Amino acid sequence: MLREYGSVLIFTLLSIGFMFGMLFVSKIIRPNRPNPMKNSPYECGEVPVGNAWVNFNIRYYILALIFLLFDVEIVLILPVAVVYKDWINNGTGLIALIELMLFVAILLVALIYAWGRGDLSWIKGYKSSEKSETNKR
Amino acid sequence: MSLYQELPDNVFITSIDDVLGWSRKHSLWWMVFGLACCSIELMHTGGPRADIERFGAAPRGTPRQSDLIIIAGTLTYKMASRLKLLYEQMAEPRYVISMGSCSNCGGLFSSAYSVVKGVDQIIPVDIYLQGCPPRPEALLEALVALQGKVQKEKFLRK
Repeated sequence: MLREYGSVLIFTLLSIGFMFGMLFVSKIIRPNRPNPMKNSPYECGEVPVGNAWVNFNIRYYILALIFLLFDVEIVLILPVAVVYKDWINNGTGLIALIELMLFVAILLVALIYAWGRGDLSWIKGYKSSEKSETNKR
Repeated sequence: MSLYQELPDNVFITSIDDVLGWSRKHSLWWMVFGLACCSIELMHTGGPRADIERFGAAPRGTPRQSDLIIIAGTLTYKMASRLKLLYEQMAEPRYVISMGSCSNCGGLFSSAYSVVKGVDQIIPVDIYLQGCPPRPEALLEALVALQGKVQKEKFLRK
């Protein structure tokens, strides 16, 4: 029983050895002539500008969260819209409609919350910018 | 690499050169660089009728993985700096096929203000392929000619 796993072990060792052997052979015979232009990042031929580690504006964070709100809404409502005609024929259309409205209402609360905090406006009002004023660099 | 540059031309070394050339010429991965109507013929060459991949020439999307760049179409001055950078970013040894009249000498648009009069003014060219545009068979012949050039190269002593 255990001896049969020996062939697996040999296969594993052979494949690992083969891999490192190939890498070693290509390391010997390949030319290695780096220069700054060759090592520059590949940007489809464009010269890279600035640093790749860019700080995004923190205001996009709120927008992304609000997007998630509507995203989930769409994902869950669209399948209902596809089969809604069958549900009307079954007589369950009204219940489904009420359930959908309830769902939208719950998500609407979140939207109203964000609206009330002033997160929907790109340029913040005085009240909400009070905190960010202290966080400014 | 200095060790290889002093190698003598004996039977052993030249047969290693042959094997290396044989394996290199059948793995010429080329970078997709379609600029104009020649790239339509380039796509046909990748299609089932001509099938450039049976020569081991696979299309790649990045210069890091490619040995060959096929310049298919009209090169403008605005694109020339990008082409130069892409060529420099390719791994060595690297080869260039200039496909069609436009990339050879400017072709039909050679009197236009914005067209480079020949790709060889920007980067060194190995194969000039005439035609406007060249048929897929012609591109295959250019590839085979390049394979012959790769086979003859003494790779270890480059």
